Amino acid sequence: MRLLFREALLSFRRAPLLSGLSVTTIAFSLFTVGLFVLVAVNLREALRGLEERVEIVAFVLRGTPPETITVASADIAAFPEVQDVQYVTEDQALERARRDLVEFRDAYRDLQVNPLPASLEIRLKEGYRNAEAVGRVAERLRGFSFIEDIRYGRDWVQRLDRLRNVTGVVGFVIGLAFAAIAVVIIGVTIRLTILQRAREIAIMRLVGATNGFIRGPFLLEGAFKGLLGGFLSIALCYAGFRLFRDSNVGSLSGLVFFQPEQVTLLVLFGVLLGLGGSLVSVGRHLKDV
Amino acid sequence: MNPAGAAAYLFPVIQFKNVFKSYPNGALALKDVSFRVSKSEFVFLTGHSGAGKSTIIKLLLAEQRPTAGEVRVSGFSVSTLRRHEIPKLRRRLGVVFQDFRLLEDRTAAENVAFALEVTGARADTIPARVMRVLTQVGLSAKARAYPRELSGGEQQRVAIARALVNDPAILLADEPTGNLDERATRGVFQLLRDINTGGTVVVMATHDLDLVRQTSYRTIELRDGELVYDSAEDDARAAGLS
Repeated sequence: MRLLFREALLSFRRAPLLSGLSVTTIAFSLFTVGLFVLVAVNLREALRGLEERVEIVAFVLRGTPPETITVASADIAAFPEVQDVQYVTEDQALERARRDLVEFRDAYRDLQVNPLPASLEIRLKEGYRNAEAVGRVAERLRGFSFIEDIRYGRDWVQRLDRLRNVTGVVGFVIGLAFAAIAVVIIGVTIRLTILQRAREIAIMRLVGATNGFIRGPFLLEGAFKGLLGGFLSIALCYAGFRLFRDSNVGSLSGLVFFQPEQVTLLVLFGVLLGLGGSLVSVGRHLKDV
Repeated sequence: MNPAGAAAYLFPVIQFKNVFKSYPNGALALKDVSFRVSKSEFVFLTGHSGAGKSTIIKLLLAEQRPTAGEVRVSGFSVSTLRRHEIPKLRRRLGVVFQDFRLLEDRTAAENVAFALEVTGARADTIPARVMRVLTQVGLSAKARAYPRELSGGEQQRVAIARALVNDPAILLADEPTGNLDERATRGVFQLLRDINTGGTVVVMATHDLDLVRQTSYRTIELRDGELVYDSAEDDARAAGLS
């Protein structure tokens, strides 16, 4: 075991340039993947914020008895798509208008009669915050006789749907492409290392080393390069993240970095790439040394 | 046939039986080669370059397999050897080449230790065994020298020490003196003779006929892949005639 580590580390000392090069290429491949994941994570975060605001507002006919409304909201809350229903009375609506619409404060203060209708604000469960579910719920709401009008941003919800699909597909495709590129690059660098050490491998063979023994240090080396590359890519991602965030203070202050488990996953992915690249390369090349 | 000859016939350490070797381009490297080598023999393989000497060494190492015929080495059959058994065979052989094949970034002692490490030898036994063989080849004082700091003769001695450290039954030497001056050649050759005296079979491929003539060791001569002369058969015939 100690021998294995010694031989793997030896190759770093012996070919610092080549080793550095492969670590850097792994780091940059993962950096690209990482950046994309970061964009996707933030986009997802932003979408979640937007999704939370997907809501259906049903305006209630003036003069409907509060009891009727209470019973109806219980029915609506029982819809499978609905997360919660909030009853906003006419007074509450006025109160909110005075608070939010500062420009019209004076106008609202002087009112004799409250012109604002009561309403039911319905929020949907996660997974139902799309155009189809919203339309379905709205259709059912129309069935209640006391509901005068229903509002929801139809176009807006549809656009959100499209955005969600596009980011999902693009993220998957680009992520896959970069992972493939990383595997190829790692394979090539390991191949170079093997070619460079062909003489040594031939000597190992001659003195009776088993293939497993010869393979071990290369696999360890690949995994280790993947690990280093993974850490380096996290550092690069963080630097990029800070740079981007600091140059966009205000408008994008809500940006998030990776969670610890995402960092672990990315580094682990690097190790896997390193191991996979060397496995392919060693397997193919050891046969003809 | 003398008793030693009979023993060789019954228990050969190396046996070639009607061996043919052709390469993918169609060239025949060996044509119907048969011979046996018995315990504690010293054998010269001679012939011009391309005659088939190196092919015989490669077959003995299981680096290549015979196209037809049988090659047996130290109880292994090279024709039917499984891939994972090749290392086992090689651990019973020591090999020395014209170009030494030492690792440039390791000292003499590390080069020798390397051959033990790959076989999974116990780490605490390695230094003593390395020093023993380095002393045997007369290089104990240069254990920490790197190959570039050693003369050609010294590098070949390190290579011989590496070949010996696993206590091989057979030592294969492919033109071991090909890159050495006359003085170093004599020293290395004497070392190989001493090793043979210790009981190890030595098979030495060479085209240095002066060396061959100096001694009365068995000589197998190849020409264009055919075995054209074997001094052992000559001796046997001479013994039969008398």
